[in-house]
Amino acid sequence: MTRNPQLNKHGELQHLITLEGLSREILAAIFDTAEPFAEVAEREIKKVPLLRGKSVFNLFFENSTRTRTTFEIAAKRLSADVINLNISTSSASKGESLLDTVDNLAAMQADMFVVRHASSGAPYLIAQHLAATGRDHIHIVNAGDGRHAHPTQGLLDMYTIRHYKKDFTRLTVAVVGDLLHSRVARSQIHALQALGVPEVRVIGPRTLLPTGVVEMGGRGSLRVFHDMREGLKGVDVVMMLRLQNERMAGALLPSPQEYFKYYGLTPEKLALAKPDAIVMHPGPMNRGIEIDSAVADGAHSVILPQVTFGIAVRMAVMSMLAGN
Amino acid sequence: MKIHIKNGRVIDPANAIDRRADVFIAKGKIVGVGDTAPADWGGHGANATIDASDCIVCPGLVDIAARLREPGFEYRATLESEMAAAVAGGVTRLACPPDTDPPLDEPGLVEMLRHRARLPGFAHVHPVGALTVQLKGERLTEMAELAEAGCVAFGQANRSIVDTQVLLRAMQYAATFGFPVWLQPQDPFLARDGVAHDGEIAARLGLAGIPVAAETIALATILHLARETGARVHLRRISSAAGLEMIVAARAAGIGVSCDVTINHIHLCDEDIGFFDPHARLDPPLRAASDRDALRAGLASGAINALCSDHTPVDDDAKQTPFDEAEPGATGLELLLPLTLKWATELKLPLATALARVTADPARILGVGGGTLAIGTAADICVFDPQATSRISRETLKSQGKNTPFLGQELKGRVRCTLIEGHLAYDGAFA
Repeated sequence: MTRNPQLNKHGELQHLITLEGLSREILAAIFDTAEPFAEVAEREIKKVPLLRGKSVFNLFFENSTRTRTTFEIAAKRLSADVINLNISTSSASKGESLLDTVDNLAAMQADMFVVRHASSGAPYLIAQHLAATGRDHIHIVNAGDGRHAHPTQGLLDMYTIRHYKKDFTRLTVAVVGDLLHSRVARSQIHALQALGVPEVRVIGPRTLLPTGVVEMGGRGSLRVFHDMREGLKGVDVVMMLRLQNERMAGALLPSPQEYFKYYGLTPEKLALAKPDAIVMHPGPMNRGIEIDSAVADGAHSVILPQVTFGIAVRMAVMSMLAGN
Repeated sequence: MKIHIKNGRVIDPANAIDRRADVFIAKGKIVGVGDTAPADWGGHGANATIDASDCIVCPGLVDIAARLREPGFEYRATLESEMAAAVAGGVTRLACPPDTDPPLDEPGLVEMLRHRARLPGFAHVHPVGALTVQLKGERLTEMAELAEAGCVAFGQANRSIVDTQVLLRAMQYAATFGFPVWLQPQDPFLARDGVAHDGEIAARLGLAGIPVAAETIALATILHLARETGARVHLRRISSAAGLEMIVAARAAGIGVSCDVTINHIHLCDEDIGFFDPHARLDPPLRAASDRDALRAGLASGAINALCSDHTPVDDDAKQTPFDEAEPGATGLELLLPLTLKWATELKLPLATALARVTADPARILGVGGGTLAIGTAADICVFDPQATSRISRETLKSQGKNTPFLGQELKGRVRCTLIEGHLAYDGAFA
């Protein structure tokens, strides 16, 4: 098998495409780098010059206002020039291939592509293409590819856990909801296991858990629960996943109401977790479907801090890949 | 024209021959296999002599699944390019599936293809006719007319007949005339949107899965209907251990079905997808390592009757895309022999057993001759050096399809020359 394309020949991070295979040391280095950036956000002038003169292209082949905005803010706080491209509404609809688009943008002296694509593995294709054509000085940050990975989301989630819980090796963490279609869940699971979380539970109906989910984590096997009440007992962290609209009623689930009844996070279900448990959600939330407003806005929720930390973590990743 | 192939090791599985011998050819036919020329060989000797020292002389390979892409997909491959690939791979006889554009559902199209392919130096081409009009699974084709035009069997390529009543009728009608029906067992609903084997790898990579049940459910349907109708059924491209078990059990219960597997599926599994390598996007999907191992063993035991290339030239634009958007398929005609040898070596099989799966056995499924060095048959012969290696590269592949998971690999087994009806169709010395 070829070398993991996100690492250079010294084993250092060249791109950030997945959290799978990243060591605890690399993850810790990212968090440590993010700490001071979280402080930058508190200052009157929220800019540092680490990416001054660099061009960051936000290449969004799939719409996402929120993720694109957080990357844009992160890049701007690092003093980079940011170009936003919504390709789903331009080149792709004119029939241009993914690699043609990449070639054109690379020719505009890009230093970094932040890529979101509906197909799993699309950032690898871009990375391999750039390497094969001698342009691997362009860094790629995966902003979500199909069901495969959303590494910066996984990192900001870990950063948030670290902020509130300190020691990963004593935690029980539950990931709840639509794991089958979730790139966020895959990135979370890889990171949780790399950071030494001894018990990772996945909770959901069988239609929303992938075949082979138990082995998905690789290093340690996951504990699978179909009964949310059982699964939440004694957990330190509850990570809720978003349920896409188109999956709420059909062959995967009968109705949003039934889903909420059995897999929605309510105060009553949350009471089964540890008293100091934290509740996370990658957003945007479907209130009343996967999460009750009383929980989303309640004392256990760290959903808004997640968003704030997300900018610091993205600044850390971008500066580590391409910093001056 | 008389040709003398001397000093080679002759392996002819159809006639249980595996020994050092010479082969004598006259007027396009094999006239002798042995140490001395036949009595009527004549005093002047051969017009041409091929020195096959260190080489194996075997029947030309028979590939029962090779897409030539004509008509309709000439930007992917042409008859000329793929015929050159066939003989370079030692393949002298092949069957092509009906999923051309338009599909092979009219006698005129079949006649045209047969006519275009009937040139000296071209492999024998046997079209598989469409079982239903436009391969839509709704109306039967004129099978008897198509058979007269040259179709050797009827099938749907990799498409399914969703309507089981149509499938029953199609098998009944084919059985009326004794035509073989070639079907790929895959339930279209369970396979819908899927791009990889539904297992650990697909779960980890976030690829939509195709469960093994897509194969076994379709197999159950086909096997039941085969019993009901008595149709001669050949099952194309088995991908799973569970599927193979069902076929073995059906045979034990008296249902006479044959089956094949592809060169990709006996060597690769879902782990070979690696970092989303679109070359590993195949139909059916590469399954688990345990499935691959069962297929390798099944092919060795003869439970799987034939090994095919499933040659599918795909242009670069359709492959250089994210995995789930890539078109399934790989080039294979030039890999059939080396990958047969690789499998034989890895399983420590006698060469004669291995070569049977790409000569005599598929010829029996095709039912139109070939796959033998019997006296009096057409001199379709492959001479290859089993030790010589070649590196599979875009530059050396003659096929217009340059995509295969084996690109860059060194494989043993290089074709020295290929004869078709006594014509030197490929000479590796000039390749």
